[in-house]
Amino acid sequence: MIETVLDYASWASILGGLFFMVVGTIGVLRLPDVFTRLHAAGMTDTMGAGLLILGMSFQTVVGIMHGETSYWSVLIRLVFVYAFLMFTSPISTHALARAAIVSGLEPWTNDHEDDA
Amino acid sequence: MLRAVGLGAILLTFWLLLSGHYTPLLIGFGVGSTALVVFLSMRMDVIDHEGVPIHISTRLLLYIPWIMKEIVVANIAVAKVILDPRLPISPRLVTFHGSPKTDLGRVVYANSITLTPGTITIGVSGQEYLIHALSAADLDSNEQDEMDARCTQVAEG
Repeated sequence: MIETVLDYASWASILGGLFFMVVGTIGVLRLPDVFTRLHAAGMTDTMGAGLLILGMSFQTVVGIMHGETSYWSVLIRLVFVYAFLMFTSPISTHALARAAIVSGLEPWTNDHEDDA
Repeated sequence: MLRAVGLGAILLTFWLLLSGHYTPLLIGFGVGSTALVVFLSMRMDVIDHEGVPIHISTRLLLYIPWIMKEIVVANIAVAKVILDPRLPISPRLVTFHGSPKTDLGRVVYANSITLTPGTITIGVSGQEYLIHALSAADLDSNEQDEMDARCTQVAEG
């Protein structure tokens, strides 16, 4: 019973992660400049990767309940992968944004449309 | 010294968790590489309140659930903007004043701002944060004040 619930939760998380990956990609394509695109790219490695890893973690819990003790180490690794992402993703985003601003790129705005 | 011991304990635990092979030889390799890394870190003089910030670990763990919730809320908001056919964005650069006074607190705050989609920290100088926001709605000042207060509390107690 609880395994079925975990399996459904796992699939819901993986599909949710895929959804945010796809939306992040659409955002990278639709948005106008590097700064706005970074917001979309940020979605893929916070929510997209996060939900995918959560879904995989549910799968390992199901495996552990079936007596596969080696799945514990998989679960631990998944947690570490997400922890590292939480520290590295904002730094790489910041480095890109900073490089863009330092090299003189003006952020795209639509303020002139608001004024009209 | 306490920080060096803490770093060694964290690295050794990390090795043991990832290794999965508990034979004397491989545990010996783990102890050896841990000792080498701690020794090199001491020689490089990077074991301080910034290099090994174990004094904030409990408060940082308590901060994680809140920042996760913020990440989810912000992601849904940005997803709605991207999927909206009109693409209702109004990107802008703004400067915030943040209260963290230590470098560690500034890093926690700046990274928290970047982690929540919709806002990116471009630069920090003193206590002024240059932020790029995807739309004006991402700049809810109540939410930023709460994040500011929580980050200050995490890093500075």
